[in-house]
Amino acid sequence: MTVLDTRAVVAGASAPRIRRRRRSRWLRTGRFVGLALIVLAFLGPIVWMLLASFKLNVQIYDPSQAFIFEPTLENYGTVFDPRRGNYLVYIWNSFYVALMATVLSLVLAVPAAYAMSRYMMNKSALVVLLARIIPGVSLLVPWYFIFAQLRMTGGFAPLILSHMFVSLPLILYIMMSFFDQLPEELEESAQVDGLTAIGAFFKITLPLSVPGIATATILSFIFSWNNFMFALVLAGQSTKTLPVAIFDFIGYASIDWGALMAASVVVTTPIMLIALFTQRYIVSGLTAGATKG
Amino acid sequence: MTALHTADSVGLGERLSRWADRHRKWVFAGPAIGFTVLLLAVPLGWTLFLSVTDSKRSVRRAFDFNGIENYLGALTDFERFWPSVGRTAYFTVAALVFELIFGMIIALLLWKPFRGQGFIRTVVLLPLVATPVAVGMMWRLLFEPNIGFVNEMLSWVGIPPQPWLADPATSLTTLVFVDIWQWTPMVALILLAGLTSLSDEPQEAARVDGANDWQRFWYVTVPLMRPVIVAAVLLRGIDALKTFDILYATKGKGGGSSHDVETLNVYAYGLSFDYNEYGLASAVLILFFLIILAVIWVLQMQRKGRDS
Repeated sequence: MTVLDTRAVVAGASAPRIRRRRRSRWLRTGRFVGLALIVLAFLGPIVWMLLASFKLNVQIYDPSQAFIFEPTLENYGTVFDPRRGNYLVYIWNSFYVALMATVLSLVLAVPAAYAMSRYMMNKSALVVLLARIIPGVSLLVPWYFIFAQLRMTGGFAPLILSHMFVSLPLILYIMMSFFDQLPEELEESAQVDGLTAIGAFFKITLPLSVPGIATATILSFIFSWNNFMFALVLAGQSTKTLPVAIFDFIGYASIDWGALMAASVVVTTPIMLIALFTQRYIVSGLTAGATKG
Repeated sequence: MTALHTADSVGLGERLSRWADRHRKWVFAGPAIGFTVLLLAVPLGWTLFLSVTDSKRSVRRAFDFNGIENYLGALTDFERFWPSVGRTAYFTVAALVFELIFGMIIALLLWKPFRGQGFIRTVVLLPLVATPVAVGMMWRLLFEPNIGFVNEMLSWVGIPPQPWLADPATSLTTLVFVDIWQWTPMVALILLAGLTSLSDEPQEAARVDGANDWQRFWYVTVPLMRPVIVAAVLLRGIDALKTFDILYATKGKGGGSSHDVETLNVYAYGLSFDYNEYGLASAVLILFFLIILAVIWVLQMQRKGRDS
């Protein structure tokens, strides 16, 4: 593997011409093999999960039907069978919790990120960092105490609040590095033209921040949708989210592999579709701030 | 800025808006800070408080202070606590090392434009956004000793089937592999963003000086990338330390029947919600938090030491 990366670096090296041509052919082959391996390694398992979700358990157990088999929708029928639990409700729960956590976090975090970025509130920004590094369980225990005292466990409120704990620091972090790069001159000139500083934020800065807010929204939604630990403790039977509901297909003695894979596909598909259409935003959000050192 | 307001009639609304404008820093940041403190500092204080009590079994049960008993209990526990510290360290370091190596290779492969780049970037993005629990289930099927495709593939080249997740000796390493699969793309994207922001000049200068490809990579690219690499290590390292989803999803309570994938996070979770040992769990969590802070501190010191 290490041979590949040196070859990738040399694109356009300036050795004598003949050597260069021979090497560039090697380079192209090496790069092609490398890229093919990437596709196999990352796409392969996902395709396998997708295939298994269309197989009966007998077919999953039969190596000769690995790739060529008669697809069935039976597993999806099992997943959405109302007698087994209500998957449509779980999908809605996941969607509702992720959306509410994202929207509420945006309302709190976007102005805060703006203030922290413009007025260099380093100490406040440290609080955000703390939220990023603290293990979630250490908050889950006290939350559980508090929500149990208030008899709120099983409702949506604790779930949304706990997911906001993931969303808020994420949004703050992304928006702070976005505002850091947004020039101040436009706001200043708007103030010269008679807007208040707050007015300038709402009328000038906010409309300019739409790409940053889109990034923050998408990533917050994805991370909230994928969150497992908080819902595992705080969700009740009727507020269960999809990552927790997957476990319905793991029996005490045996696993219904087909249904389990179908359930996994149901969880991941919406998020992968979002990622497909918004990848530019996702990449810019995930790498936000990292390249500044 | 406030001097701009020259209106003589000062209504309540106007006064309020002026006040808000003067204190805009806190008007903007206050709610978020308040929320974070409420949801973060208060629970953290509560955890600290619980860690010196004998709270257990039920959250409604009365409890007493017991001093540092929980901490002593954890620190002298060589059955569960210290092994889980070891597993956490092993999981984090192993995952990080391979994610950095593979991440760098992928970033270098994607660096210069080529046909089909968009497709490859999308492929790399998919593991990153996939729900970790579903990813755990997916690999659970792939690593299944009898019907898993991994053993099927190994049988093509004559390697006998391995128990992977079923065997306590191999399960943690198998899950390191799953973590590498899911998070290498993250490291690759960060490193790629770093590579793209590098200027060409140092590369050109080294080339003129006759440096070969490997020398240019090792003596020019890597040193220039150091801040980005450190950022990737910090971001990914913190998350790897706290890994929970795939461990709990694939091995269940207590990190499997022989606790073979029980890291600090899984251990603390189990103490809290499987065994309801709230006092002890809180002490473990505080220790865990201190370990994370220490690791970050060491990394930061290293970074500063090298810069000067």
